[in-house]
Amino acid sequence: MTTALLVSLKLAAIVSAALLVIGLPIAYWIAFTKRRWRFLVEAAVGLPIVLPPTVLGFYLLVALGPRSPLGAAWIRWTGDPLAFSFTGLVLGSIIYSLPFAVQPFAASFAGVDRNLLAASATLGASRWRTFWRVVVPLSLPGLITGIALSFAHTLGEFGVVLMIGGNIPGATQTISIAIYDEVQALNYAAANQAALILLVLSFVLLTCVYGLNRRWSGWPWR
Amino acid sequence: MAVGAQVSSWPLKARIRLHGTPNVDVRLELPPGITVLFGPSGAGKTTVLDCLAGLRTPDEGEISSGDKVLYSSQRRIDVPPQRRHAGYVLQDLGLFPHLTAAQNVEYGLSGSDSRVRRQRAMEWLERFRVQHVAGRKANLLSGGEAQRVALARALARGPEFLLLDEPLTALDLPTKARLMEDLVAWNRENPIPVLYVTHDRSEVYSVAERVLVISAGRIVASGRPDKVFDSPQQLAVAHATGYENILDAVVIAHHADVGTMTCRIGPELSLECPLGPHPVGARLRVAIRAGDILLARERPNAISARNILRATITRLERRDMLVIARVRTGETELEAHITPGAVQSLELAAGVSVWLVLKTHSCHALRD
Repeated sequence: MTTALLVSLKLAAIVSAALLVIGLPIAYWIAFTKRRWRFLVEAAVGLPIVLPPTVLGFYLLVALGPRSPLGAAWIRWTGDPLAFSFTGLVLGSIIYSLPFAVQPFAASFAGVDRNLLAASATLGASRWRTFWRVVVPLSLPGLITGIALSFAHTLGEFGVVLMIGGNIPGATQTISIAIYDEVQALNYAAANQAALILLVLSFVLLTCVYGLNRRWSGWPWR
Repeated sequence: MAVGAQVSSWPLKARIRLHGTPNVDVRLELPPGITVLFGPSGAGKTTVLDCLAGLRTPDEGEISSGDKVLYSSQRRIDVPPQRRHAGYVLQDLGLFPHLTAAQNVEYGLSGSDSRVRRQRAMEWLERFRVQHVAGRKANLLSGGEAQRVALARALARGPEFLLLDEPLTALDLPTKARLMEDLVAWNRENPIPVLYVTHDRSEVYSVAERVLVISAGRIVASGRPDKVFDSPQQLAVAHATGYENILDAVVIAHHADVGTMTCRIGPELSLECPLGPHPVGARLRVAIRAGDILLARERPNAISARNILRATITRLERRDMLVIARVRTGETELEAHITPGAVQSLELAAGVSVWLVLKTHSCHALRD
């Protein structure tokens, strides 16, 4: 059970860190592009919210499997298969949690007063400098929300993990799958213990996020 | 100062055409010194500034600062705002709320040594008399302090031209006056072109050497403020500069010997106006400022004014130090501005009959 919890925490930490790196440019593009097909990208990013995890997991399994170009290339490169591995789990989880990071990021970027961006440009600042010195500081609450949501979401995911990770203890067995296993084995006490840990962890995390955002929204410039 | 008398080291020239609301089609040539761009809201003032700063791209035209071309639709040049060397104080100032006043000024300064930048920022804050708020977050500044910090931030970069979008709108009169003095003093030492947008007539006289009147996206008049405002030639100028009384009229007689013409306003009302290039029978408008109409309880005699009209007060409305009097003469209703003191000593009230006194030169004949 502890092993499964550690796998879950490790997965959630790696995925939310990766989403910060991947999510920022995608969110920036969604918030500031003038392209007409922006809505297509928004829809694609949002897809994991509405799709059944089994559907997403199935396609990811096909995409990562040894017969897919990606899966085959991965085997040639590393010698290990991508499906049913921790790396595969990370890839799948990144896609599964993408909207939970990108949507709050993009919403907070879009909420930054455009006049500040104009002012920054006339003061000679490049887009890069404007992004780091103006957009990011003024979007902090949205960034924190996005990171925390993707962490919590990854921590609790089940369907996708089961489809592409399998259930390998110590490698791809996450805590939510371990709970399922214990219930299947009618081992309710152990299931309850793990479920409680997950419940408390999620609650503490969300309390921190909302608590932080409340303090931020209390700042006069929000 | 005569326009163009001083050859500029870097005059700002622009020809801008842009589809929008309104369609903008203007030509500007700004010598060093403060030029006011004056007009009602929605006339396209901010659009012009945005185009000059590079924040909006015109559909067609050319913009140059000195011998540098900043924009040319023909040559496909469009220098981004970062490299235009424009100082731009936006209407809502655009101060970064998460930075202090000093950090806001520093933001635009180049140079790698942060201590030097900090010191230069402090010098600019001092120059605009806001060094005491250097460490305060921008969102905690008062209106006047914020305006000064925004000006300091724009000027600290040593811009080649300065764009100010209604920079003093939110300020009370004394604060406004001091800031205008500081701005004029700075510009005297640093003679760069300044385009100052406002819709407040009182600001124009205090800061401007020249005024451009914009109406519905076009420049309808330009020149010295007193010339433009005190003797409008066109209806659009009278509208844009806020003439309270604009009346339909027909020229019925010329008096070339005394330099006047008679314009009929209504069946019982005619006005003597300065003789203009309008033939007898021409339809035109006559514009009269409310402040140029005198009220008298008895018919004045032995007075130089040529227009003395009998009228009745229909309404008096007090606004601060000003009383707006609506008066009816014949079929025509006019607005006159008088002081509360005058109302008291003449015992004016609705229903009282008065005489209106209007100088010939207060009646401006306008073509459309």
